[in-house]
Amino acid sequence: MTDATMAEPVLVLSGLNKAFGALKVTDGVALSVAPGELHALIGPNGAGKTTLVHQISGMLRPDTGSIRFKGQNITALPPEKRARAGLARTFQITSTIPSLSVLENVALGVQARAAQPLALFRNAARDESLNRPAWAAIEAVGLTERAHVLAGRLSHGEKRALEIAMALTLEPAAILLDEPLAGVGRAEGERLIALLASLKGRYAMLLVEHDMEAVFALADTVSVLVYGRVIASGDPASVRADPAVREAYLGEEG
Amino acid sequence: MSLASAAVPAPVTAPARRRPLVAIALFALLALLPVAVSLGLPAHWLTLVTRAMIFAIAALSLDLILGVGGLVSFGHAAFVGIGAYVTGIMITEGRSEIMLILPVVLALCALFGAVTGFVSLRTRGVTFIMITLAFGQMVYFLAQALSAYGGDDGLTLYERSTVLGFDPFRNRIGFFYLVLGVLLACYGLVSVIVASRFGRVLGAARENATRVAVTGFHVGRIRLVAYVISGMIAGVSGFLLANQTEFVSPAYMSWPRSGELIFMVVLGGVGSLHGAIIGALAFLFAEDVLSGWTEHWKVIFGPMIVLFVLFTRGGLVGLMRKLGVGRHD
Amino acid sequence: MTTGLLIVQILNGLQLGILLFLVAAGLTLVFGVMDFINLAHGVQYMLGAYLAVTFVSLTGSFVLGLVLALAAALVIGLALEFLVFRHLYERDHLDQVLATFGLILLLNQAVKMIWGAAPLSVPVPAFLAGNIALLDGILYPTYRFALIGAGLAVGALLWFIVEKTRTGMLLRAGASNAPMVSALGVDINKLFMIVFAFGTMLAAFAGAMAAPILSVEPGMGDNILILAFVVIVVGGIGSIRGAFVGALIVGLVDTLGRSSMNDLLRLFMSAPSARAAGAALSSMLIYLVMAIVLFVRPEGLLPAKGRS
Repeated sequence: MTDATMAEPVLVLSGLNKAFGALKVTDGVALSVAPGELHALIGPNGAGKTTLVHQISGMLRPDTGSIRFKGQNITALPPEKRARAGLARTFQITSTIPSLSVLENVALGVQARAAQPLALFRNAARDESLNRPAWAAIEAVGLTERAHVLAGRLSHGEKRALEIAMALTLEPAAILLDEPLAGVGRAEGERLIALLASLKGRYAMLLVEHDMEAVFALADTVSVLVYGRVIASGDPASVRADPAVREAYLGEEG
Repeated sequence: MSLASAAVPAPVTAPARRRPLVAIALFALLALLPVAVSLGLPAHWLTLVTRAMIFAIAALSLDLILGVGGLVSFGHAAFVGIGAYVTGIMITEGRSEIMLILPVVLALCALFGAVTGFVSLRTRGVTFIMITLAFGQMVYFLAQALSAYGGDDGLTLYERSTVLGFDPFRNRIGFFYLVLGVLLACYGLVSVIVASRFGRVLGAARENATRVAVTGFHVGRIRLVAYVISGMIAGVSGFLLANQTEFVSPAYMSWPRSGELIFMVVLGGVGSLHGAIIGALAFLFAEDVLSGWTEHWKVIFGPMIVLFVLFTRGGLVGLMRKLGVGRHD
Repeated sequence: MTTGLLIVQILNGLQLGILLFLVAAGLTLVFGVMDFINLAHGVQYMLGAYLAVTFVSLTGSFVLGLVLALAAALVIGLALEFLVFRHLYERDHLDQVLATFGLILLLNQAVKMIWGAAPLSVPVPAFLAGNIALLDGILYPTYRFALIGAGLAVGALLWFIVEKTRTGMLLRAGASNAPMVSALGVDINKLFMIVFAFGTMLAAFAGAMAAPILSVEPGMGDNILILAFVVIVVGGIGSIRGAFVGALIVGLVDTLGRSSMNDLLRLFMSAPSARAAGAALSSMLIYLVMAIVLFVRPEGLLPAKGRS
């Protein structure tokens, strides 16, 4: 990944601020993610990690600062335009369409990028131009055998994998992953870590995660967010050694 | 690597395509009704079922936004009323040609849907219910204020619409089949829309609008299009209603009418298109029977609605499924 | 329009606004705290009026009749809460709308069966009969002043309860974050019942107070319910202050619109067409105001804090 980090970054946050009343949840955040780089964002609960992901994906508007994606300023764009530009995300609390099957969920993402995403009279279920790319994404996350199961019936880890498959169909330039391992059991967690490792290098990823073992195994760069502020950023080893980080975060966690 | 191994494996083959058996049976039964009447069923049934099918068209259109889209609109009767009033006013003004009336009905319903939908869809939940109710009421008061066209008393029509000079609405059996044809066409249209790319996104947004947005769809715009389409179909039912009753009145769009349309959809089973038709038929039959017993039939009907809501889920179609009918539709 | 007439119209607008506020306040609290949409709220206004008719004529005293009517309305409201509403709090809005719609059909018809379809009225109480002179020698009925005063007093009381008492604090907290309130260890069912009883009393009070000046008839609750919806949408859900401001706006706009639209349109068109267009426009006016407010501020003018 050493080459990747040298390239022009895909995602650049600069001077990002967001406050809810008197509470500053994002305080002058600046960070960037290069193509193919896996950038992990860690920090204690309430540090403002999810709020930051919401701002990057367009669900919240920052008070000041800018978000640039593929060289374009997207700070004011609504979520759907960011998604169409190739910025995909997953949610801390899994977010799928429960009454659609895995295949249909994933095909929804393919459809968003199709020539006629909202054709009124064109049957969706039997549309091979939607289903074929969907199958590929499903295979990539290992859900092939579960393709016709309703998303609402999947296990927690499978839902996480489904969200990643949906993100992949957007042909993303960057993927925001909000705690993909949260609440997942050990065995499924290991499969998810392997899945993320297999995607690494192909997509720029911003990974918010509490599982330190996973973070230090996967990340090229680690940034530490405390009270809305980035207190350290760098390669895993130097962040791990940073005394400020140890005090503010790692120490607390044991 | 597979995430599936922990769970019960499911067959990879796609589930069998559903066949609309109940809907086919329903339309076949409806088509045979005039035959049954000629064999001795009370002739009153023909009028009743024609009226029920007209309301079924409106209920079907409501089901598109309410059942599929998850938008509880409490002003749907306004579209029926606009359709009826345009028809009534144009006939009164000597323009009874359908080829003239229908485009105006569709255009006005689309316009009303676009404007009120644009404002209402900025809100969600309870506020959306209240706003659609208020807009519906606005049209109701507007019709009351139309003193040139009967105002509060309504407007009696002295002729029905004509098609290219012919008069297909005069014959009761002809009218019945015409309404049945329109119902079938609307059912087909809405079914195709629900199964389309558009319909898939509309339904997905009901369950998880955020996910649909971050997947790259403008949820508000999709809902607005559905709202407009739904309003236009309801306008057609208003057009038919004016022709059947030869009378239009503000009461067609009073807010209890909107409530009744919602009940028809829920009675049949929310989101089930043939359910909306069954709901409309059941509603009008119940009204007919109860109002035959007593003028105070609403004292019985009101509690029936309450009990129905409290104790049944899934409507009549859900009930049929439980009993093993129409499992594959 | 002369200044005197304008003042009369403003007072009429205030009076409608006050009635709307009393109905909308209960409705918005129930929405805000319980996330429950109760279409039958207008019926409770109607019941207040009918019960006032019965009890005033039974006792011969307006005040006593009013008190009895409120007590009876409360009993009926609590019975409905026990039998129907409390089974709906956990349901989705569609079920709530439909079940309370069924109740409206039942109660409107039941009222017709008990009291008849013809409009009834309550005599203006003797101690509030007569008129008060405004400028230009124009008279305005004392009772209507009393109605405005009573409404304002109830509004002030409501403000005091909501802003200054512990129950009020819980109500405000509940309106913006119900799960938090139950996490505080408050018996949420009890809170719901208090809110509901409160709302019922306010609506019944409005109905009973309106009985001497409006005709008491079946369905009278439906129209006020829809106006109350407009009030809530304009003011912002769950907010008492919003309901107050919204009610005054709707009351004044509707009354002044109806009285001055003709004159206004006469400036542009002939008398008959001004009358026709004026009737149409003035009946649509408050809905247009609502649409404009929503367009600019979808959450209403003064939404409850913490709601978006």
